Amino acid sequence: MKPKKDYADIPGTYVFDGEHSQKGYHLNMFCMSLNKPENREAFRADPDAYLAKYPLTDDMIKAIKDRDWLGMLRLGGNIYYTFKLAIFDRLTMQAVGGAMSGITEEEFRQMMIDGGRPIDGNRYTSEQQ
Amino acid sequence: MAKIIAGLGTSHVPAIGAAMDHDKTHTPYWKPLFDGYGAARDWLAETDPDVVIVVFNDHASAFSLELIPTFTIGVAPEFQPADEGYGPRQVPVVEGHPRLAWHLAESLILDEFDMTIANEMPVDHGLTVPLSIACGQPDTWPFKVIPLAVNVVQYPPPTGHRCFSLGRAIRRAVENFDEDLKVVIFGTGGMSHQLQGERAGLVNKEFDTAFLDGLTGDVDRLTKLSHTEYLREAGSEGIELVMWLIMRGALADDVTEIYRHYHIPASNSAAGLIVLENQT
Repeated sequence: MKPKKDYADIPGTYVFDGEHSQKGYHLNMFCMSLNKPENREAFRADPDAYLAKYPLTDDMIKAIKDRDWLGMLRLGGNIYYTFKLAIFDRLTMQAVGGAMSGITEEEFRQMMIDGGRPIDGNRYTSEQQ
Repeated sequence: MAKIIAGLGTSHVPAIGAAMDHDKTHTPYWKPLFDGYGAARDWLAETDPDVVIVVFNDHASAFSLELIPTFTIGVAPEFQPADEGYGPRQVPVVEGHPRLAWHLAESLILDEFDMTIANEMPVDHGLTVPLSIACGQPDTWPFKVIPLAVNVVQYPPPTGHRCFSLGRAIRRAVENFDEDLKVVIFGTGGMSHQLQGERAGLVNKEFDTAFLDGLTGDVDRLTKLSHTEYLREAGSEGIELVMWLIMRGALADDVTEIYRHYHIPASNSAAGLIVLENQT
């Protein structure tokens, strides 16, 4: 029997467990490849040809090309991997944090200066219905 | 005989290193954070350890999803700063202590902690940012470093209790080393933060304060925190705090808090720092 995931009721959080990791393996390994300068150059020169080297699903390719940061997480991406694509784009973690939570980079930055996203009301999905 | 005399816990937010590398530590955004590091740097310079064991995590730099070791000890003579997509940080090469590192690897495995042993391991911001926080910008790091990498990226990381027990074993092993060495241990990562998803930017000051208090007041409570409590209360990346429990486990039962600093924000995270000394 499948064990219950007692973290499934945390809102807006994609826990990178075995199921998630299995789903996103190739997406994440594509992102990992961007650690190497020669791969960054090849991806910049011809994104389609570079992506074709990885067994990615159409949904993954679309999410990558759209820079759909939340979409990548939902397809099994892990933020430490997908952020390599953001580094490639010269984006900050605040820009990506904003994009995933539906606010601008500046709004995100200000939210952090103001003490960050509050924990109250953000512990359980049931609090957000 | 070698001895661990003190521990330091600190966040390892990459933007802290970048602020130093790009000379931004005096800007209004960064100054309040860096002002709090001076006392810890003075303390470390005065303590003058021979070796620092840095417990940290790799962020898809040396390791990827190809192999995911839970605990890895670096036994090499040196470790190069990793290229995380910007080119490597321009910080000194990290010099190892192969003899003590191998002693630790052998002792820990025989003590039933099944370590992975790394001869090649580029070190990313997880290790170099704590060194920058603790030492500033020297030409060479003023001590040898033994990197101890913990998987906290692929769920599940080791439990807090397991981390604490590993710390205990590290303490026993260091004390059985045949050379007089003064050793300090760093636990890094955290504090509360979440980088991913719609909940990105989560910070929980109350949780962090209780965690810092618990390092001297109630370690038992900290070692019993479940992964889901970390995820829920400290954010999905706040679970890195289990690494601080390796540091705490390596210290004496009774420790004195020498110094603490806490600031929100450093980039997308709450940043904390604590210095603990063994009571003797």
